[in-house]
Amino acid sequence: MPNSQHPVELLRFNTCGSVDDGKSTLIGRLLYDSKNLMEDQLEALERSADITGGGQINLANLTDGLRAEREQGITIDVAYRYFATPRRKFIVADTPGHVQYTRNMVTGASTANLSVVLVDARLGVIEQSRRHTYLASLLRIPHLVIAINKMDLVGWSEARFLEIRDEFERFLPLLDIKDVKFVPISALNGDNVVDPSHHTPWYVGPTLLGHLETVHIASDWNLHGFRFPVQWVNRPNDPTNHDLHDFRGLSGQIAGGIVKVGQRVMVLPSGLKSTVKQIWTYDGPIAEAFCPQSVTVQLTDDLDISRGDMLVGLESLPGKASDLEARVCWMQPRPLQRGKKYFLKHASQTVQAVVVSIENRIDIRTFESEPEPAELAMNDIGGIKLRVSKPLVYDGYATNRLTGSFILIEQGTNQTVAAGMLLPPTEAVKPEYNDFAI
Amino acid sequence: MNSYHLDHLGFLETEAIHIMREVAAEFERPAILFSGGKDSICLLRLAEKAFRPSDIPMPLLNVDTGHHFPELNDFRDRRAAQLGGKLIVRKVEDAIAAGIAVPAPGEISRNRLQIPTLLAAIEEFRFDCAIGGARRDEEKARAKERFFSFRDAFGQWDPKNQRPEIWNVYNGRVNPGEHMRVFPLSNWTEMDVWEYIRQERLEVPTIYFSHTRPCVRRAGQWLPVTDILPPKPREEVRELVVRVRTIGDIISTGLVESPANTVDDIIAEIAAARVTERGSRADDKASEAAMEDRKKQGYF
Repeated sequence: MPNSQHPVELLRFNTCGSVDDGKSTLIGRLLYDSKNLMEDQLEALERSADITGGGQINLANLTDGLRAEREQGITIDVAYRYFATPRRKFIVADTPGHVQYTRNMVTGASTANLSVVLVDARLGVIEQSRRHTYLASLLRIPHLVIAINKMDLVGWSEARFLEIRDEFERFLPLLDIKDVKFVPISALNGDNVVDPSHHTPWYVGPTLLGHLETVHIASDWNLHGFRFPVQWVNRPNDPTNHDLHDFRGLSGQIAGGIVKVGQRVMVLPSGLKSTVKQIWTYDGPIAEAFCPQSVTVQLTDDLDISRGDMLVGLESLPGKASDLEARVCWMQPRPLQRGKKYFLKHASQTVQAVVVSIENRIDIRTFESEPEPAELAMNDIGGIKLRVSKPLVYDGYATNRLTGSFILIEQGTNQTVAAGMLLPPTEAVKPEYNDFAI
Repeated sequence: MNSYHLDHLGFLETEAIHIMREVAAEFERPAILFSGGKDSICLLRLAEKAFRPSDIPMPLLNVDTGHHFPELNDFRDRRAAQLGGKLIVRKVEDAIAAGIAVPAPGEISRNRLQIPTLLAAIEEFRFDCAIGGARRDEEKARAKERFFSFRDAFGQWDPKNQRPEIWNVYNGRVNPGEHMRVFPLSNWTEMDVWEYIRQERLEVPTIYFSHTRPCVRRAGQWLPVTDILPPKPREEVRELVVRVRTIGDIISTGLVESPANTVDDIIAEIAAARVTERGSRADDKASEAAMEDRKKQGYF
């Protein structure tokens, strides 16, 4: 049970693997063994076991929430679970592994600190394992755990564990993942999930939960380079209250770095500079604020600023351009085509975008890129060039996940059709740009 | 931990504030669903944090089933007045009288009838977005809900065809007649809600705390005896010291025996609890897929 007297850290992770790798069983096991299941949940499990499972409790039924999923024995959509130990609170995104649901994996992984990729010890590295590892790398998830599951079915063989680890280590250097752990488990029986297994004396590392409780996540948020996309202009317009009559605040969530009262900032895209007069919050003014806090900033100058503008720190300036290069994961059945117009939502603004060219498509089996494909189909990942109707103020995704990411929205249906990750800008905004006092 | 680090409540709070501001900026006619229950009490505090010193730029909407706990409605009206917010109440009995909501023969529960009443209110005021206090930890079907949950022109949820939601970039675009349900508390648990109520020193309706009430035992739960739920012949009425853990209608909300008099007591009780919050709601037990079915039709 969570310790309610002290601040507790939050870790978000997602689980991915292919059909029958045991993802849902693993999450069920984590909840069950960490005593996060309640009696009525256990009762409901037992009820469904009587109907479908011939009397044996099926831990996967805990997470397969929709009727079609129970009927087909698969997970259709991202399911979120919550549990806590005295050390941390956890948000788990259970993301389906079928090839057609890659968009859900991207959804579940985009907000994660850590990804757990499940591998069936009997099958070793399969195409789905490579895809999931690649996506974790593409999305820049800071930490990765390869959970080699069903170790009971390979006789708890250390040789098999090492063989699979070697298979991964052959392609991991091609990817951008800094922190990788390998854990041999049996989700069905609970070995090395919460409690250490006596079947694996050769394994000296932590259990899966032990690792989730201790992995260092304090530096996962970007604290370099102040970025503040203006979400909402806060103007009380209250003529009866002298203090509020002239209040003009810029409300938003800090997307990078730290801001302090008295700090010089630049407003983009205009390039005008001003100074932070006050950082207003409901709980009173504060001297400084950091990513990802939500605050209301007042500047010393009365500038024309609206939603979609960005305040940035002068010490590290972002890029500003109308011609952009990005990697996208395509998420809908109608393929991405050159020349088509979409809405592009980035931070707090939506602009129109046209796809100028499709540069390449990544082959997730080899991680090699095929140049200039005719289109990107559902679940394809590729590089594209875009032109937008208004210059975008942005960072490369590798530098900042919040100011380097966007979604594409199809006009008419309003469907979200792509997740986009911007490549670094070719040049940053110049600091002397438009430097005059008002 | 360095000093530039949010604890879990700080993280949940900033995520919810960001979502509320996105709603204010992207929708023309949003509303906040406010029942006076503990989750929507947190929503209102988050709205204050998102929009002050300005007024909260959207009205509050409540569907009154006619089976509410009276303490809840009193609290609802008082809190709305405190905030200076506009409160719109639409009643199930008016919807029944107008033929918008039609009870099945012998149907006493107003749970299902809230759906057409809510959808009629959304149509009446042309709301394009309704912010609700639902949480993913409440129930299995809710675990698959998005923050921005698209509803078609019939108010329906299609769980197989949800918009992917990536990073914190939310797609709020809807066509005329369609609307969005937005759930800023998606990632909150029951414990988080009470810890936030404690941190923010928020007032909650008195029925959350221990009190004495005549109860009858039905289907494994204690239900409050009232005019609309009189005891059946030979049914034993007992005076018990109870509180509500989750508030539904007065005819279906199971009471838990509890001496918890303060928010601290409640937090200690939840930490030791062995059943989930919704374990005390008869409406969820109707079938394995009860919540999924109601949500598809346009439930909260």
